[in-house]
Amino acid sequence: MTIQEKMIEARPAPRSTVGPVAWLRANLFSGPVNTVFTLLGFYLLYILLTPTIQWAFINADWIGTSRDDCSREGACWVFVNARLGQFIYGLYPGSEIWRVNLTFAIFAGLIAWLAIPRLPFKRWVAVATLVGFPLLAYFLLYGGHFGLRVVETHRWGGLMLTLVLAVVGMVGALPIGIMLALGRRSQMPIVKSFCVVFIEFWRGVPLITVLFMASVMLPLFMPTGVSVDRLIRAFIGITLFQSAYMAEVIRGGLQAIPRGQEEAAAALGMGYWKRMGLIVLPQALKMMIPGIVNTFISLFKDTTLVMIIGLFDLLGIVQAALSDSRWLGFALEGYVFAAFMFWVFCFSMSRYSQYLERKLHTGHRR
Amino acid sequence: MSVRPQAHPVGPKPPFWRDRAKRALIFQVLLIAAVAAFLLYIIGNTQANLAARGITTGFGFLSNTAGFGIVQSLIDYSSQSTYGRTFVVGLLNTLLVSALGVVAATIIGFTVGIARLSPNWLIARLANAYIEIFRNIPLLLQIFFWYFAVLRTMPSARDSLSLGEVVFLNVRGLYLPEPLFESGFGLIPLTLGIAVAASIALVVWNKRRHETTGKRFPAGWISLGLILGLPLMVLVATGVPVTWDVPQLTGFNFRGGITIIPEFLALWLALSIYTASFIAEIVRSGIQAISHGQTEAAQALSLPRNLVLRLVVVPQAMRVIIPPLTSQYLNLIKNSSLATAIGYPDLVSVFAGTTLNQTGQAIEVIAMTMAVYLTISLLVSMFMNWFNARVALVER
Repeated sequence: MTIQEKMIEARPAPRSTVGPVAWLRANLFSGPVNTVFTLLGFYLLYILLTPTIQWAFINADWIGTSRDDCSREGACWVFVNARLGQFIYGLYPGSEIWRVNLTFAIFAGLIAWLAIPRLPFKRWVAVATLVGFPLLAYFLLYGGHFGLRVVETHRWGGLMLTLVLAVVGMVGALPIGIMLALGRRSQMPIVKSFCVVFIEFWRGVPLITVLFMASVMLPLFMPTGVSVDRLIRAFIGITLFQSAYMAEVIRGGLQAIPRGQEEAAAALGMGYWKRMGLIVLPQALKMMIPGIVNTFISLFKDTTLVMIIGLFDLLGIVQAALSDSRWLGFALEGYVFAAFMFWVFCFSMSRYSQYLERKLHTGHRR
Repeated sequence: MSVRPQAHPVGPKPPFWRDRAKRALIFQVLLIAAVAAFLLYIIGNTQANLAARGITTGFGFLSNTAGFGIVQSLIDYSSQSTYGRTFVVGLLNTLLVSALGVVAATIIGFTVGIARLSPNWLIARLANAYIEIFRNIPLLLQIFFWYFAVLRTMPSARDSLSLGEVVFLNVRGLYLPEPLFESGFGLIPLTLGIAVAASIALVVWNKRRHETTGKRFPAGWISLGLILGLPLMVLVATGVPVTWDVPQLTGFNFRGGITIIPEFLALWLALSIYTASFIAEIVRSGIQAISHGQTEAAQALSLPRNLVLRLVVVPQAMRVIIPPLTSQYLNLIKNSSLATAIGYPDLVSVFAGTTLNQTGQAIEVIAMTMAVYLTISLLVSMFMNWFNARVALVER
């Protein structure tokens, strides 16, 4: 019997278990059924992607000013190009567009600050975003103060209106949602049943009927002679609707906080509002950030419905541009552009919420 | 440190604003007062506004003649019908598109959700792409896409796309052959009923036998054979008493057959495809929630992969899946109200739209519409809760 004195050198793994061929064999061609599926998948990709790429890029027209510049059989991006200003700013007067841009820039800055984990003063920036920014945006966009010209809300539109509706809906829904969620868990029977009825009512009806109600019935509810701006009506409808969904998200967060937290705070002699504001809600809200982001995504998509009551959000203004007699027949281009814009916003938000979910859940994962 | 009134009732009674029970009472009374004041304010304003506009309240308008036509109705309807009938027509159209949407979305959603977990890399990626694309685009935009960009650009009736000269698709909709039943056809539903009853009995018996003796046989396949085969045999035996009314191009339009209007097709496609992307994610997370040990144990018993899924994973995953699935069904039903944007005659479109505009009875119309959706929501969630309770894990 011999004793091996030297370590045997590690040998490369057999060719059949590493490398691209092995990867292909394991992931795409591991059996007859899988092979058939793979081939079907490639065929599907082929029949879907080839005409799409041909249409959108290879045979497309990019440069020009009128529909005569669209001579090829592919997409006519000239249409989108010519209307881009309207798609983003609606009918906002051209000389005042810097105000919208400034608002966008401030908003983007605040959101970036909140989204990047390393930056400090998160809490203050969050407060500024939720309280300060809407006020600032109101003064900038509507004007009427500090020497800024008033821009009536019926001139607002496009992507700008979509963002305004989504942000106002969110900022309005968050505090109402928190109150409703706390009320639903309250021990006072009347407060509790009021909150339950409110939440279940708004969650049980479609947003369209809420918007119809806001646009048709709200003027009836006001004292005679008082008229409510159409945009404000949409805000009210969206906020009421969204706060019910928000309340359920927050209730989920509240339920995830162990009872001991509240009991410990009570044992320290804290009153209800201190217990909630300092101990329970901060933990619950942190846990619910992914849920809140998801609610925001659905709100962002739902803002498209305001076009049914005659407001021109991004989808509404694209739809209106399609019926322009100078640009008939470019429905596909218009919808693809609008879909792409919405998709970019929603996809990045959903990716961010997934990232947050992973980041915030590391503690209690097995 | 300080006085502890609960433990030692000797101290002075706390002032009423420190007493929890009294404070709660005062708070609730204030809430009721505030809500009541708000409602009274609104009702007062509304009455003043209605009087100023000369609108009479009440549901009397429901028996007035509507005077407008509806392109699709499941019951007899003409422009001479009443607003009450308009309501029913709209309601039935909503239920039709919702029910078919729920079925299609469930099938697509489960397929994509399981494909998302497929060991085949390409299939999993394709399923993921489907989910990410359709989930992140607003539903209304998808409805517009299918309606204006796809179905409205179909060729005219003369140059219809056709499938074997039996099924036609053109700008006016989809034309399918309609079965016409002759006398003697009554036997077939009868045999179908018998086959279904026999299959149920078979499945129940098989389950009982399996539980007592451990033996099982493919009752599912036998039932399928019974349900399909028995009526088919009777059909052939009675000499096929069915003729097909194939749509024919006469003049400018098709005659005969079943016509499916493009508005319905667009709404149905968009609702199913959009909701399916959410259902797929629910199915995926439900399956992933089942501990891997379950799969491994089933594999250790050398069950093949499809049986592992069918007998071990999916039944357990259903418990996780059903509650969020219910919300998706409800969302789909509520989202069917977007029909109004393309003119599919659903409840919101014909009732909260046309009827409201013609009669001006905003309060009654909106209240009835909302009541319908609330009722549907409550019924569906009651049914799903019952179903959920049936499949829920029974623990000691």
